[in-house]
Amino acid sequence: MSDAESSVAWPSNALSEVPFRVYTDQAQYELEQERLFKGETWNYLCLTVEIPKAGDYVSTTVGETAVIVVRGEDGAINAFVNRCAHRGNLLCLKRNGNVKEFSCIYHGWIYNLTGQLTGVAFEHGVKRQGGMPSDFHKEDHTLRRLRVAELNGLVFGTFSSRTPDLETWLGPDVVRGAKRVLNRPLHLLGRGTQVLPNNWKLYFENVKDTYHASILHLFLTTFKINRLSQPGGIFIDANGGNHFSYAKMDYSEDASYKDEGLRSDSDLRLADTSVIDQVDEYGDSISVQILTIFPGMVLQQVRNTIAVRVIRPRGVDKTELEWIHLGFDTDDEAMTERRLRQGNLIGSAGYIALEDGCIGGFVQRALKYNDEGNGIVMMGGHEAESQTFRASEAAIRGFWKHYRALMDA
Amino acid sequence: MQDVTIRLGVQELIGHYADCIDDDRLEDWPGMFTDQCRYLITSRLNHEAGLRQGIIYAASKGMLQDRVMAARRANLFEPHRYRHIIGPIRIDQIDDGVAVVRSNFIAVRIMHDGASTLFATGRYLDKIDIAGTPYRFIERLVVLDSDKIDTLLVIPL
Repeated sequence: MSDAESSVAWPSNALSEVPFRVYTDQAQYELEQERLFKGETWNYLCLTVEIPKAGDYVSTTVGETAVIVVRGEDGAINAFVNRCAHRGNLLCLKRNGNVKEFSCIYHGWIYNLTGQLTGVAFEHGVKRQGGMPSDFHKEDHTLRRLRVAELNGLVFGTFSSRTPDLETWLGPDVVRGAKRVLNRPLHLLGRGTQVLPNNWKLYFENVKDTYHASILHLFLTTFKINRLSQPGGIFIDANGGNHFSYAKMDYSEDASYKDEGLRSDSDLRLADTSVIDQVDEYGDSISVQILTIFPGMVLQQVRNTIAVRVIRPRGVDKTELEWIHLGFDTDDEAMTERRLRQGNLIGSAGYIALEDGCIGGFVQRALKYNDEGNGIVMMGGHEAESQTFRASEAAIRGFWKHYRALMDA
Repeated sequence: MQDVTIRLGVQELIGHYADCIDDDRLEDWPGMFTDQCRYLITSRLNHEAGLRQGIIYAASKGMLQDRVMAARRANLFEPHRYRHIIGPIRIDQIDDGVAVVRSNFIAVRIMHDGASTLFATGRYLDKIDIAGTPYRFIERLVVLDSDKIDTLLVIPL
C-alpha cells in the first residue's frame, strides 16, 4: 500500500456528487487495489469450461495482482497468487495450459495444484553443504490462496475471508439476472481485449449508466435495440455495487425521442439486417440485459450476443477491457451464425460499444490538471435503489455507495 | 510458374484495397468484394484456437456497406486515418478461378492531432476471384498478431 495520502475529498455523504480527483489520484488508485480488488469483493477469474480437467490452469489478474486458477486432482478449483514464496518470481508465465505441478523457473521451487510448497531444489544442500536450515518448513510457505466460488459456468475469487458467500453477496436480484442469461452450458466463441485510455471506474460507471446509452450510441436508438421508452428497469443490490438493468422489445413509435430531437434517433437504414435480427431465446422478450458485478465484471445479453466483460485496471489512466464472447452448447449452426453476425454490435469495433472505448478517454483528458470539483449523478434522484424506469443514474450511485463503504470514504 | 498476369492482378487488388482505406475512400471498399463474401478481423489466438468470433465480421456485401454507413454517419470517434504497409504477396494456390493468397501488413494509425502509433500488425489470408475482371475478394481474413486493440476499431483494416 502507498504511504501517499489520497487527495480525494468527498463533498458530502450524498451519493450524487463524485469528486473528479477520484479518477486521477495515484494514491487513491493504490488504495483501490488493496480495499476493493483484494478486499471484500468477488472478482471474475475465468470460465469453468476453460479448465475442465485436473491440472488445467489459466493465469489472470485480480485488479493488478497476478493470480493462477487451476483445477486440482480432486476436481475442485483452486486459486492462488502467481508469486513464488521464495523470491517473488512469477510462477506461471503462460496464459493457460495443463500442468502436474507449478515449478518456479528461478530456483526450482515446486508447488502442487492447491498451492502447497512440495519441493525446494537442493533443500538439503549439495554434498552435505548448504541447504535450508532446520527451522525452514515447507508447510509455512503455501501460496496465498483466494476463496473460489462458481456461478453457472463463471468462476469467481475473493482475497478476503470476510466476503459473504457469492450468492449472498450478489443479492437475490442479481443472482436471478445472472442465472437467467447463463441458463445452459457455455461455449466460448472468441475473446479480445480493448485498451482504454482512462481510469477503470469511468468504464464501470459507463456500463451502469442507463441514461447515456441511447443518446451516445445512435445505433441503439435508431435500430430500436435500446431506448429509454422501452419497458424495463434497474435492480440494484443492497450494497449498491452489483446491478442489472433490462429492457423489453417494443417497436412502438415514441414521441419522447422525437421531441428531444436527438441525433441518435436517425433515419439510417441497414443494407443487411442480420446484424440485428434477434430470436427471443429466453422467451421473455427481454432484448437487453446489462449486469455488473463489483468491482470489475459485466455480463451482457444484447439481443443474442452473450458476453462477459472484465475490467482490469492498469494504472490510474489505463484500463484493459476483455471481451469474452459466449454461446451455448445447445446452439445449432444457425444460432452460432446469428450470434457471430450480431457480434458486430459489441466489442472494440461494436456498433453500440465502440464509443464507450473513447468516451472515458475524453473525460480523462478533460480532467488533466483540471480535476477540482465534483461531477453530478442526480438523474432519477439521490438514492441508489431499484427503479422501474431507466432515465436514471441510480446504478452509478449504487457503485459509489459500495465503493465508499469499502474505501472507508 | 504462376501466370504473371494473375500475380500482377492480385498485387493490384491488394494495393488498391490499402489505398482505398488509407485515402478515406471507404465507399469504394465494399465493391472490392464479391456479393457473397466473408470478411473477418480476428486475432491469432482466436484463429489458431478455432474460435470463430473476432472483432468485425461481414458475411455479405451489404454488411460491408453497413460498416461504411456506420463509420460515416452513426458512430462517434476522433478522426483518424491508417497507413498500411503491405509485405511481399505470396500466392499459395490457384484453383478453379480462385487464388489463395497471403500477405503481411502493418497499419499505423494517424490521429487528427498528428499522433502516429503502430496500431496493428498481422496477416491477410485471402481467397480472390480471378475468373473475371477486376479481381475481387471472396474472403479476406485479417488475422491480427495481437489480441489487443487500442481504444477502438472503426475503420476496417
